Amino acid sequence: MTNPPYDVIIGLEVHVQLRTNTKLFCRCSTEFGNPPNTQTCPVCLGLPGALPVMNRKAYELSVKTALALNCNIPNFTKWDRKQYYYPDLPKGYQISQFDLPMSENGYLAISSPDGEFEDKNVGIIRAHLEEDAGKSMHDEAQGLADTRIDLNRTGTPLLEIVSEPDMRSAEEARAYLQELRLLLTYLDVSDCNMQEGSLRVDANVNLHVHTETDEKIATPIVEVKNMNSFRAVERALHYEVKRQYEIWQETGNRIGDVPKQTRGWDDNAQLTRAQREKEESSDYRYFPDPDLVPVTITNEQVEAFQQQIPELPAALREKLVDEFSLTPYTADVIVNQGPEVVAYFQSLAEHTGDAKQSGNWVQGEVLRVLKEEDWELSEFPISAEGLADLLKAIQQGELNNSRGKEVFSEMLSAGTSAADAMAALGIEKVDDSALEDLCREIVMANPKVISDVQSGNEKAVGALIGQAKQKNPNVNPGQVRQICLDIINAL
Amino acid sequence: MIDLSATSLLAKLQSGEVSSEEVTAAFLDRINAVESRVGAFLKVNSESAMQAAQAVDKKRRSGAPLGKLAGIPIAVKDILCTEGEATTCGSRMLEHYVPPYNATVVEHLLASDAIVIGRTNMDEFAMGSSTENSAYKPTSNPWDLERIPGGSSGGAAACLAAAMAPLSIGTDTGGSIRQPAALCGVVGLKPTYGRVSRFGLVAFASSLDQVGPMATTVEDTALLLETIAGHDRRDSTSAKIDVPQYTASVNSPLENLTIGVVPSHYQDGLDTEIESAVKEAIRVYESLGARIKEIEMPHAQYGIATYYFIAPFEASGNLARYDGAHYGYRTDQQTMLDELSEEANQTDGAGESPLVRMYRKSRSEGFGSEVQRRVMLGTYALSEGYYDAYYLKALKVRRLIRADYDSAFDQVDCILGPVTASPAFRRGEKTNDPLAMYLEDLYTVNANLAGVAGISLPCGLTSENLPIGLHLQAAPFQEEKLLKVANMYQSATDWHTRRPEIQ
Repeated sequence: MTNPPYDVIIGLEVHVQLRTNTKLFCRCSTEFGNPPNTQTCPVCLGLPGALPVMNRKAYELSVKTALALNCNIPNFTKWDRKQYYYPDLPKGYQISQFDLPMSENGYLAISSPDGEFEDKNVGIIRAHLEEDAGKSMHDEAQGLADTRIDLNRTGTPLLEIVSEPDMRSAEEARAYLQELRLLLTYLDVSDCNMQEGSLRVDANVNLHVHTETDEKIATPIVEVKNMNSFRAVERALHYEVKRQYEIWQETGNRIGDVPKQTRGWDDNAQLTRAQREKEESSDYRYFPDPDLVPVTITNEQVEAFQQQIPELPAALREKLVDEFSLTPYTADVIVNQGPEVVAYFQSLAEHTGDAKQSGNWVQGEVLRVLKEEDWELSEFPISAEGLADLLKAIQQGELNNSRGKEVFSEMLSAGTSAADAMAALGIEKVDDSALEDLCREIVMANPKVISDVQSGNEKAVGALIGQAKQKNPNVNPGQVRQICLDIINAL
Repeated sequence: MIDLSATSLLAKLQSGEVSSEEVTAAFLDRINAVESRVGAFLKVNSESAMQAAQAVDKKRRSGAPLGKLAGIPIAVKDILCTEGEATTCGSRMLEHYVPPYNATVVEHLLASDAIVIGRTNMDEFAMGSSTENSAYKPTSNPWDLERIPGGSSGGAAACLAAAMAPLSIGTDTGGSIRQPAALCGVVGLKPTYGRVSRFGLVAFASSLDQVGPMATTVEDTALLLETIAGHDRRDSTSAKIDVPQYTASVNSPLENLTIGVVPSHYQDGLDTEIESAVKEAIRVYESLGARIKEIEMPHAQYGIATYYFIAPFEASGNLARYDGAHYGYRTDQQTMLDELSEEANQTDGAGESPLVRMYRKSRSEGFGSEVQRRVMLGTYALSEGYYDAYYLKALKVRRLIRADYDSAFDQVDCILGPVTASPAFRRGEKTNDPLAMYLEDLYTVNANLAGVAGISLPCGLTSENLPIGLHLQAAPFQEEKLLKVANMYQSATDWHTRRPEIQ
């Protein structure tokens, strides 16, 4: 397939709801899912005379996030009013940050273990803090435009993370979002629940079309909204790229020829639709909010937050490869599960002394069970120490890997220790002399195998392993094979 | 009794000579007698004031500890939110708006056991200098009922001049406490920005608004300021600076007092009688041993222009919330829908959305013309392309004005001058000339732009028997000094004791 005659240019704006108990400028709860308008007060309702007071916790979570995104944290930041009229914005303006955001100039590294794209740093233009608006629920049934407003969400702290237009494909955009969500999970600053709106994504996308004279022509930028999952983002971007190239071929419109358009992703129809043009242009008449004092932070305070940042995914992947000798693939799988699974793996590796075995078990068995049962790791009944006992028994030859998996299932269903599960399954270590006797008996009963092996076909001994297991299920197949060969060779 | 100061009334209450019930009844009687002519109040709390007075009397008899203003009636400007009481801001927009919470200043008053006797009239959303912009009614100047009382705290000043209350709460964004105090012959203090909490004060221009005390004597002003001042965690812009006991020091003269006078205050436009009265006040201070020093305020002349950008910028944002969607006035839905469908027939369906039409009509009908003028000014000047030319320039001038004050206060304790260029004018005289009305703030706006403290106190009467105000300004958080200096003048003169005969 030849390359398409254009580059895809994607920038993402991600709104992250920060994990605070109370709103950004008042003390109302931020809990999701309560009856409409039960989490409001004069401040978030924008009642006359009410004044905002900043929730420092929200600022601190933002600083941590911005530092993890390699951003600069200015010592001084301020609040601005973004003014527009909408019924879910009761003050007639949103308190946001305009020209002096709380952080800027960072990046997020993304990579593709299966080689979909080359590793790259996606630039972060800025991350700034702002208050959320309420929710409008439009009910246009019966021909009456009836809109209900829920202001529970009004004033919830949002961190808006604006990337550079550095992504060149929908796959890169998805990888950026996954890595960003993982980072936020490690930082524990947001629950990142897209269904509940804790993580919202808008994409800016256009094309740089290649001409025959090797020029690149930028097409008009389109902002895509309403994407409620990462899969939706990926699909919407694929759709939009295709659509924009068709429009380019039809119209030849370049950037600046038409106003920036906003389109909404329709997940059912799997296409984007032009949204109603905003009544007013993007003149938000920003100006500094005189009700709030600027926020200051010292370099020492920034440094203190830097110290609080836990090990982050990119560093952990390297660590699991370098220090634990995992394959990059296994390291990626484990790290992408979040900090709890990484900690479980590290504890397991420490107890077993075998990181590779531990990695395989976590990746193969533990994660399989979590997925099948739809469990969080905290719900997983086998502790790292408990699993380590089983893995050590395997290392010591008390049982093989496949018997180990049976024991693992028994431990899960019965909730017992490795030793108890092994006992319940009748697994006990076979005495060395008893094993020798067993092997000798089988060898003698199979002259054909003896002659095959003696004539150079060592594989023939495999038939004896099955017979040994029938007589005693606890025998170690490797040991049986070696002992039988030794007996035959000594004949 | 109604001619006594709050301080004197408190002494009588404490000695048991009178009860709060008697005091409150006396002021309510006075209101009954003269309010129909003055029109200072939007609401008089006849019943609840009497109940509160009885409760304070009972509390006093029981020996329970009492607040600083126990049993003293006070009037509150209708811009401070009071739980369960309509708080209209003199606007149709908030005609039926009842706040679910108390402003911090109201909480302080209730905690001080003061008796809130009523809510005073004002220019709509505090925009105006004559109280003629009230959506409900004009207020008359008790010295001449044909004249305006000043504004926007016109009701607050008039009720004191007419002895309908001994204490009153006003607010000052560009002169709204000091100008009406001057025109009504009472005392009004605009505290330093941040001295008094703005929580629950319906915002006009957030970086300029301050709540302040109004009274008939400096001593009472000190008492009321002491009651309402202080840090409030609900107002980020309120200062974490301790509040001195103003009443403890207000009667001690300031030693080695240096007073600054600004020559440019006495140029064209200043009424000659006001000029003589202010110059006479300077001589009074000289006779009290003060040193008089001429100072320059080179950027003062830009104050009005700067103010009439900054205040509308902020007002346009602060008043955006009055959109008919959540509370306050909303246009009649059926009329609006009929209008829209008729238009749709003519324009083939094109036209404004019902939401935008609802906003437009609600705001056009709910706001008076001065409020609309200022919202439009602010909206225009903040629009794309104008920000640098207007907002940033205004901010720079504002800093220069503050710098003028800072260097002045390096040299002098207080700056003395006139409050207004002319005495109270006749109702309607400036209604059609907004610019002339804006010049009412000429001498007062700079204190708001710079955030310093200022006080107006009576210093004379014109030949037409109209009060003249003396303006004293002090550095930020120097209210204690300001009150002392003002009280030195009152101790040496008797202008503050003059009362109008209400025709």
